[in-house]
Amino acid sequence: MYAFNYHAPKTVRQAASLLAKNTDGKVLAGGQTLLPTMKQRLASPSALIDLGHAEGMSGIEQKGRNIVIGAMTRHVEVSTSAIVKNAIPGLAALAEGIGDGAVRNRGTIGGSLANNDPAADYPSAALALNATIITNKRKISADEFFQGMFSTALEEGEIIVKVSFPIPSKAAYEKFPNPASRYALVGVFVAKKGSDVRVAVTGAGSNGVFRSKECEAALSSRFNARALDGVKVSASGLNADMHASADYRAHLIPVMAKRAVEKATAK
Amino acid sequence: MSAKTGVGASVLRKEDFRFITGKGQYTDDINRQDQAYAYFLRSPHAHANIKKLDVTAAKKAPGVLGVLTGDDLAADKIGGLICGWMIHNKDGSPMKAGAHPALAQGKVRYVGDHVAVVIADTYQQAKDAAEQIHVDYQVLPAVVDMNKAKGSPAIHDVAPDNVVYDWHLGDKAATDAAFAKAKHLTKIDLVNNRLIPNAVEPRAAIGDFDSGTGIYTLYTTSQNPHVARLVLSAFVGIAPEHKLRVIAPDVGGGFGSKIFIYAEETVCVWAAKKVGRPVKWTADRTEAFLSDAHGRDHISHAELALDDKGKILGLRVKTKANLGAYLSTFSSCVPTYLYAPLLSGQYDIPAIYAEVEGIYTTTAPVDAYRGAGRPEATFVVERLIEKAARETGTDPATFRRKNFVKSFPHQTPVIMAYDTGNYTASLDLALEMADYKNFAKRKKDSAKNGKLRGIGFSAYIEACGIAPSAAVGSLGAGVGLWESAEIRVNPVGTVEVLTGSHSHGQGHETTFAQLVADRLGIDIEAVSVVHGDTDKVQFGMGTYGSRSGAVGMSAIVKAVDKVIAKGKKVAAYALEAAEKDIQFKDGRFSVAGTDKSLAFGEVALQAYIAHKFNGQDLEPGLKEGAFYDPTNFTFPSGVHICEVEIDPETGVTDIVKWTAVDDFGNVINPMIVEGQVHGGIAQGVGQALLEGAHYNADGQLVTASYMDYTMPRADDLPSFNVGMTNTPCTTNPLGIKGCGEAGAIAAPPAVINAITDAVGHEDVPMPATPYAVWQACQKGARKLAAE
Ligand SMILES: Cc1cc2nc3c(=O)[nH]c(=O)nc-3n(C[C@H](O)[C@H](O)[C@H](O)COP(=O)(O)OP(=O)(O)OC[C@H]3O[C@@H](n4cnc5c(N)ncnc54)[C@H](O)[C@@H]3O)c2cc1C
Repeated sequence: MYAFNYHAPKTVRQAASLLAKNTDGKVLAGGQTLLPTMKQRLASPSALIDLGHAEGMSGIEQKGRNIVIGAMTRHVEVSTSAIVKNAIPGLAALAEGIGDGAVRNRGTIGGSLANNDPAADYPSAALALNATIITNKRKISADEFFQGMFSTALEEGEIIVKVSFPIPSKAAYEKFPNPASRYALVGVFVAKKGSDVRVAVTGAGSNGVFRSKECEAALSSRFNARALDGVKVSASGLNADMHASADYRAHLIPVMAKRAVEKATAK
Repeated sequence: MSAKTGVGASVLRKEDFRFITGKGQYTDDINRQDQAYAYFLRSPHAHANIKKLDVTAAKKAPGVLGVLTGDDLAADKIGGLICGWMIHNKDGSPMKAGAHPALAQGKVRYVGDHVAVVIADTYQQAKDAAEQIHVDYQVLPAVVDMNKAKGSPAIHDVAPDNVVYDWHLGDKAATDAAFAKAKHLTKIDLVNNRLIPNAVEPRAAIGDFDSGTGIYTLYTTSQNPHVARLVLSAFVGIAPEHKLRVIAPDVGGGFGSKIFIYAEETVCVWAAKKVGRPVKWTADRTEAFLSDAHGRDHISHAELALDDKGKILGLRVKTKANLGAYLSTFSSCVPTYLYAPLLSGQYDIPAIYAEVEGIYTTTAPVDAYRGAGRPEATFVVERLIEKAARETGTDPATFRRKNFVKSFPHQTPVIMAYDTGNYTASLDLALEMADYKNFAKRKKDSAKNGKLRGIGFSAYIEACGIAPSAAVGSLGAGVGLWESAEIRVNPVGTVEVLTGSHSHGQGHETTFAQLVADRLGIDIEAVSVVHGDTDKVQFGMGTYGSRSGAVGMSAIVKAVDKVIAKGKKVAAYALEAAEKDIQFKDGRFSVAGTDKSLAFGEVALQAYIAHKFNGQDLEPGLKEGAFYDPTNFTFPSGVHICEVEIDPETGVTDIVKWTAVDDFGNVINPMIVEGQVHGGIAQGVGQALLEGAHYNADGQLVTASYMDYTMPRADDLPSFNVGMTNTPCTTNPLGIKGCGEAGAIAAPPAVINAITDAVGHEDVPMPATPYAVWQACQKGARKLAAE
């Protein structure tokens, strides 16, 4: 790790102005991605602006038909929240499946979405649930937010403050973990809200999280696991590495989707 | 002696209090006054000539005390690292061992190879300065694939075709003749995947030089500190043995990887004098992945010849063994003498012939890793046996039973003479514990749920208690493999046991104390075990190859017997009786036929005060030492049965049942032994399902972190069902065979035999990841459809 300056702003506004002043600075959330990268000297920000002390960035509340989660809310808080478990149990289960206990105690939803790791879990939930990412500047819909791996609609100096998830009628997540890292090799989040069915896939795409048209089409006519029988997903544009070929990932998408639907429709 | 702590009792580990309360003293916990830090600049290339190495800027960087390179080593006449076992080619010529300098001299040969070392006040300063070292590399083609190594550029000039040796064992003519008579041949091609050890504690070293006395001290993560001192003195030439102290304090796991003498500790101890400060280095996890000696990495073709009744007539194997870029300390013997002599397994095989080529590649050195050669041999034998049983339509248990060695001693055609065993007994117990007779029903039930169930056997043998010195000497070993012990009895009757064995997870502080307390009839708390310091223990060969029980403890009982003999002499004086009338039992020396007796502690006191005898007739004191050289290897064996359930949709393998029946001979502490079995199986399952080192074509290690290298986790493993049989070893005084590696040896073929059984064909690689098993399921389904 190289030396850096450390700031602990008390408000989002202060954080934003520190970020503007420190051109090479970065905001620090749970540090579960940023700090290891710095330790390996792969990142060398001149300053870290720690969001951990900024007011109003953490917490979970239900606002009408939405669940609103502060960016600094830790994975463990989402996974154990009565509000989330009641309204979107699939989201709580997803959070419970991230990393290990230590990671969940530190890692945040805002950090995960801002980082947009192509194998991270949260992006699939945000995209499938049609979430709105609320920053210090504006509101961004999930469809616009994710722009390819490690790339988002966030502009220079923009900070995620909250994420708002519309409560679905049915939703669930099924993750096939990478055997080594246990990030998603293929993770599928299915959500149904009214007649709208969205299926978001993480881990598989060579360009980050995406919606599976094939699965959505099948499930729109009938939100039932059997509707996915025989559905084939094309391997083009999917990741291939030592852990899985593109074909295998393509094969796993409908399999995971089916299992997610089974969960979502189980009573 | 209370039954609660005697031999055979599951005494809780004495060392655990310190470990679980954070009081362990590992090398990195030790800090010397004015200590400086070393950072190694490592090669980013798999294979390159160093055209120019410029360290001038780095030397001027803040905090830097020195930047040292291979030229400095040469100027100080510091020798290279050695390989301690000479292997001869088929034609009798010696193997081709390239030089192994601790810091590169003109060439780097794997990613992670040591280019230079920076020593600075702080670790960060050393690392910063290393970024200012300029290296001009002429990159050469990487040599990663063993099958293509021959035509590739030479890694070492001495081995132009990258072949270290071309070795063989067994009678080729007799084996060919057996094959000529065969009614059935079973053939198999196998890859034994490369593993990275991953001890929890990374390697570390502190070199210290006392300019007042001229004595060097090396604190290091070693399984065998005396061997380290011997090598650093006699071969590397750091200092003569009496001027070099090596201390291996608490060590957090070794699995073989801490047997070897590496570049880093060599450099730290040498550099301490050069910079005039103690020099510390602790590997980070990436360095551990890149530079700890890796394990396994074989490609084999094996064949089994059967007669018309399914009796084995012969076995032949051709193996290529990856030895990496340099020959590590014991690397040469692992795929030769620790491998081929095990190819008879538990079976009566009249003729065996093995050929092994050791290959240089531009990858990390490969050396002994838990099991060392024996897992590789067992994988060949047990996969071949299972396949032969399937091909001949024989139940795999029946096939094995038919071919087991049944009378002992048994001389195999490949060196080993098994002293004792009862393979049928282990098999019978394992079948019962595994509820084998109802397997077919369980398979049907799984099928109803869309799952494929399979069962796999592994009837392994291993050769432990390495080893009779004369025997290994005749096979090329540079050292003898005896063990030493010293028993120091204090005047109040407490006992220190000094042992040349080294504990790094095995629990010696408990088991050795248990044994000594039991023999001397004293409280286990009155016994402490001292190891790991060349200034305290006179000499020792260290811990590996499941030798600490069979060899280390045998040395201890030899010394204990001498203590008792001396105690009888002391007691005779003290009790005013004839020595021949003194009996020792349950901690008391007594005069036969009388009620006169003294407790062990009282005799110890008499020995030291020496009031009751003339110091000329009997020396005062109570301290005895012994060296024990075994007369044979020991042969632990057993049967493991693995039952799996596979989800054909995803390829996920779930181990649903594990039965292990082991024959370790006599057991000192069943709890510790069972722990060793559990750990061994976990590592073996790791190899079979999860772990695999992967270099890409450029020689970059792709699996250089836990993001890509899959370590076994608790939830990958089932609850183990462990049973034991016992045929005591006949060649050592304790009847002990050894248990440290059994699980790692037994597990891989058990898992793969189960998976191949489930998917219906033989082509399943290790690690059998979900991806690999899914592909195998597809093939299996196609095969079924074609039938
Ligand atoms: C061992 C391990 C296992 C893991 N396993 C998983 C897994 O299975 N699934 C998974 O999804 N994730 C996994 N993670 C990642 C982890 O869950 C975190 O979500 C992730 O590290 C990012 O969150 P963070 O709070 O730690 O962000 P940080 O590391 O602090 O920051 C990450 C990036 O986001 C930026 N950032 C942070 N917060 C904001 C904000 N509010 N606005 C704008 N930019 C911001 C930072 O500047 C930085 O660039 C794992 C991590 C580890 C270390």
